[in-house]
This record gives sequence, C-alpha cells and structure tokens, in this order.
Amino acid sequence: MTFRKYLVLAGVTIFAATGDSLLAHGMKQVGSISWHRLPDVVLAILNPWVALGILFLLGFFAAYMTALSWADLTYVIPATSLGYVLLALIAKFLLHEDVTTTRWLGILLISAGVGFVTQGPALTSHPPNRVSENYVTEVASTRTER
Amino acid sequence: MKQVHAWSAIAAIVLASTTGDVLLSRAMKQIGDVGELRRRAGLWTVVGSILRHPSFLLGVLAMTVAFYSLLFGLSWGDVSLVAPASASLTFVANAVAAKIFLHERVDHRRWLAAGFVACGVLLLAT
Repeated sequence: MTFRKYLVLAGVTIFAATGDSLLAHGMKQVGSISWHRLPDVVLAILNPWVALGILFLLGFFAAYMTALSWADLTYVIPATSLGYVLLALIAKFLLHEDVTTTRWLGILLISAGVGFVTQGPALTSHPPNRVSENYVTEVASTRTER
Repeated sequence: MKQVHAWSAIAAIVLASTTGDVLLSRAMKQIGDVGELRRRAGLWTVVGSILRHPSFLLGVLAMTVAFYSLLFGLSWGDVSLVAPASASLTFVANAVAAKIFLHERVDHRRWLAAGFVACGVLLLAT
C-alpha cells in the first residue's frame, strides 16, 4: 500500500459521504414520492442538489473502481466505511437531523471494524492462472495487430 | 408505515448493490491495476476496456437499481439511518458474497470487522 493508494481510499470515503448528503438534502426538498407518481423520481434529477450529489457520486465511482483494481472487495468496503462518521457529522451539523447517543455508538463500532480490516493484507493472492492479469495489454496488442 | 417503507428500500439496496459490487470487483480484477496499466497502455485504452467489460456493464446495471432504491429510501427516512444501515448491511452481505463468488480470503480479521459493523447497524436502527 503506497501513499497514493491511501489517497484513493480517502477519495472514495469523502466523495461518497458528500454525495449522499447532497442527495439527502435535495430529496428532502423534492419531498416524499408516492407509488402513483413514480415518474417524479426521474424528475428529482432536475433538483440542483440532487444533480450535484450525482456528480460527487461519479467521482466516488471512479475512485472506487481504481481501488477495486488493486484491492479485495472485503478490504475496500470496510476500509472506506469511515465515511459514516463523516456522514453523521454532516447529518447533525448541516442537515440538522437528530443523531442519538445509540446511533453514535453504532458509528463508533463501524469505525472499529475499519481498524481491524486495515491491519491485514489488501489483496488475496490467487494462483497465477485464476485471474487474467494482462487483460488490457491483450486487448491493446490485438488492436495493434489489426 | 414510513419505517416499513424505509426498511424495504434498505433491503432492495442491499441485494442490488451486493450483486453490483461483486460484478464490478470481478471486472476490475480481470482488468488489473489501473495505475500500472495507465502508464503502459494509456488512460483511454484503460477506460475503453473497462467500459466494454461485460461484468462491468452488468455491475453498473445492478448499481443503478441500488441507486434508485436509495433515492426512494432517502425521501422516506433519515439519511443517518438509511445510508449507513443499507451500506453496512451490504458490507456483511459482501463479505459472504466475496468469499463464495470471488474466492477472497475472508480471514478472522475481516469476519471480526463484519461482526462489528453488524452490531453498529443494530444500534443505528434502534
């Protein structure tokens, strides 16, 4: 794990928490969507907060895909779950939602889980033939041959 | 009634995003280290091969379903319940799915992390 890779994991965390909060703020403005007005959920994208939230979640997606290319799924997901702490802080101070003591305790336990998983290796070493390591290089060389 | 709505949205998010995560992870493992490949083959070759990978496209489809379930969930419940509850339950489901479908070595450290997150979710829901 290099410093650059930790930066990518931090990017996953921050983009996800910020994106979720922007979406939540936007959806509260849009209001409850009932079953007989389902198309409203598509129109929700027109709300600027929802649109900005989606932009942040795209940034999250790019960072997430990068992380998954060099680390296990069971490493990346808990390693980036510190975002819930960030989410709770945003929910309390910016969205003014009620975050109770029990919820804070839950957030604390989730954070402890992060501690455990980041102590271990990031990637399971598979036998060499299980994963095709040079997928892109193969694609690239096929192209050049053509 | 609002709670029932919020929790059915959470269930839909967990199922869809676990499927998505497993498919996306499999696609990215087959493609390989993005940073290294970018230096060797160039950014657009890497982006192109990701966008054309069948597992990636199916994964994105599953994630789209999860995203719209999240939009519903957020309009029915608090963000500090719906977002952590669904994502953390997804984490537990992911540990099981990653072991079965991706053959990842989920050791005691990772199971312990799963247990802690599961307890955290129970506390979030009370």
